[in-house]
Amino acid sequence: MKFPEDLKYTKDHEWGRPDGNRLIAGITDYAQDELGDIVYIELNDKGSSIKQGEVFGTVESVKAVSELYAPASGTIVEINEALLEAPEIINKDPYGDGWMIVIEMEDRAELNNLMDSQEYRTYVEKEAK
Amino acid sequence: MVIRHNVTRSTELLEPVVYSLSDHGKNKVNPPRPFEAIELGDVDRPLVNHDLPDLPDISEVEVVRHYTRLSRLNYAIDLGMYPLGSCTMKYNPKISEKVAAKIGNIHPGDTEAMQTILGLLSNLEAHLEEICGMDACTLWPAAGAHGELTGMMIIKKAMVERGEDRREVLIPDTAHGTNPASCTIAGFKAVKVPSGDKGYLEASTLRKLINEDVAALMITNPNTLGIFEQDIAEISELLHENGSYLYMDGANMNALMGIARPGEMGVDCMHLNLHKTFASPHGGGGPGSGPVLVKDELAPYLPMPWIVKDEEERFRLLTNAPQSIGMIHSGLGNLSVLMKTLSYISSLGGKGIREAAEVSVLIANYMKKCLKDSYYLPYDTPTLHEFVLTDKYQKERGVTTMDIAKALMDFGFHPPTVYFPLVVTGAMMIEPTETEPLDEIERFIDAMKQIDELSRKDPGAFSSIPRATPVSRVDEVWAARRLVLTWDMVESIMGEPPSK
Repeated sequence: MKFPEDLKYTKDHEWGRPDGNRLIAGITDYAQDELGDIVYIELNDKGSSIKQGEVFGTVESVKAVSELYAPASGTIVEINEALLEAPEIINKDPYGDGWMIVIEMEDRAELNNLMDSQEYRTYVEKEAK
Repeated sequence: MVIRHNVTRSTELLEPVVYSLSDHGKNKVNPPRPFEAIELGDVDRPLVNHDLPDLPDISEVEVVRHYTRLSRLNYAIDLGMYPLGSCTMKYNPKISEKVAAKIGNIHPGDTEAMQTILGLLSNLEAHLEEICGMDACTLWPAAGAHGELTGMMIIKKAMVERGEDRREVLIPDTAHGTNPASCTIAGFKAVKVPSGDKGYLEASTLRKLINEDVAALMITNPNTLGIFEQDIAEISELLHENGSYLYMDGANMNALMGIARPGEMGVDCMHLNLHKTFASPHGGGGPGSGPVLVKDELAPYLPMPWIVKDEEERFRLLTNAPQSIGMIHSGLGNLSVLMKTLSYISSLGGKGIREAAEVSVLIANYMKKCLKDSYYLPYDTPTLHEFVLTDKYQKERGVTTMDIAKALMDFGFHPPTVYFPLVVTGAMMIEPTETEPLDEIERFIDAMKQIDELSRKDPGAFSSIPRATPVSRVDEVWAARRLVLTWDMVESIMGEPPSK
C-alpha cells in the first residue's frame, strides 16, 4: 500500500497534490484497493466551482458506488477525460495517470485541514476493521 | 449463431430467447383478435395499428419447455437456503398463494365484493398498526424504497405545514443503502452519520451533529450489522426536543415483531417490507409491498385513497383529504401481496409472530457462534436476526469474500449479501431466517467450514469455482464495463476478449 510523502489526504480517501495555486486530486491506493475493479466514473463539469468536502463525482466498482469529496475549495479547471473511457486506469495508477481533477484553489490555507502521509497511514490502519 | 439447433435436456447451455424459436406456422392456434370489435369513434385513423402484436410463432410444448428450462437455471427459496442479509428470504407458505389467487378473481367494479376486500385491507391496517405500535397506516407503496420515499414525502409535507424549511436528513452508515436516495428524491439533503465502534449509533454522536436544519433521522433497526440500536430511546428524545422526526426503516422488522414496537421507541414514521417480514415471494419471484405507518401527528398527510367507513358502516375510499401528499400508486397497491400478508399474520397469530422473530434470532446466533472461529467477526456486540462476518483471515491466503460467495453456490446455497454494509471491509451479511430446518442450518455451517479449510489447503482452486452451477465463474468487471442488455447484443460481443 502506497502513501506518497508529497500528498495531502482526506478522511474520505482522496489525495491532493499542490502545484502552486492548483491542486491535482484523485483517490488513494487504499481507496482503489477497497473498491476493487472500478467500472464507471462520473466527474463534475470543467469550470464548475466546488467547496472543500463537497461531492465532485462518483466512482462505481463491482462492489459499491462511492462519492468523491473535494480536498479543497475552488474551480475545477481540468478533468481527466481518459478515465471516462477507461476507469481501470484508477486501479492501475491511482497517484499518477489515475488523477481525476485539477482545482484552482481559493484558499491554500485549507490544505491545513488535510492529513499528511504519516497521519493518513495511521488513519487507514485504524479504519481497516 | 445457430443456437436454436443446440438441443439439450441439461441446464448447462444458454437458453435462447423465445423469439429465436419462432418460425412461421409453428403455432396451430389462431390468436384472438379482440381489438377488431372495438368501436373506434373519433380515433385518428392513421394512428390505428392493424398489425397483430409481434408474438413468437411457437407451439405450446416449446413454450412450456422454454420456461421450464429457464426455471431450472434459477435459484429459489423452494430449492434451498437463501441467506441474503437484510432481505429476509424466508419460505413463502403456499396457503398464502391460494388465498391471494382467490381474491384475484374479484373485479374492482363489483362494489359488493369490494366491500369484502376493503374490509380485509382495513383489518390488515389494524394488524400492522398493532405490530408496530403506530396510529395510522397506508398500504399502497409498492416496495420498501417506495415506502421510504412516501415516508420522506410525508415528513416534507409536515415541514411545509409547520412553515419550516429544514433540509437535512441524517442517516447512519449502517442504514439500508436506499435511504439516501429516498430522502434526496423527496427534496432533502442526506447527511451520513458514523456509527460507533460498537456497531450502533450512539446518542452522543447525534448530540454533536443535530442542528436546526435537521428534519429527520432515518435509522434502520436492527441495523445492517444485525445490531439493535440500543440508544434509540435517547435518540428519539434528542430529535423530538429539536423538532425533528424519527424515521425507521423497518426492513429488519423480522427480528422485532411481537417483541418490541417501534411506536414505543419514539418512531414517528416507518415502513415495513411485507415481502420480507411477512413472507411473500420476492427477489424476482413477485412484487413487493412497503406500507408506511405513522403517529397521529403525521396521519393527515398519508397518501390517498384512505379506507374509511361511512355512516352506514360501509367501507369507501376517501379521495379528498385536504392535507394528503396525494396518490402514490394506482388501484389498491400490490393487492396480492397485501392478501398474502393478511393470510400470513392470520395463520401465525400473535404468538406465532413472536415465535417467528425469536427463532430467527436464535438460528442466526447459533450460526454466528459456530462460524466465528473460522471467519472474522468485526463487532462483538450481540446481534439479532442477522450477523456480519468478513474475509479478514481468508484474505491473508488470497481468498476473498467474492470467492467464498461463489464457493457456497457449489454447495447448493444462495450466497449471503456481500460487501455490505460498507463500514465493514469484505462483509458477508448472513440472515438464515426462522423457516430453515436445523439440517439445512448445519449443512450451511459445514459448507462454510469446508470453504475455510479449502482456503488453507488450496487457495488457487477458487479461481475456477463455482463448477456446479449452470454458468461457471463470470467476469463481473467485464460485464459491468460492457453492458449487454438485449439478446442481439449477446451475438455482437461473442469473441470479444475479456477484460483481463
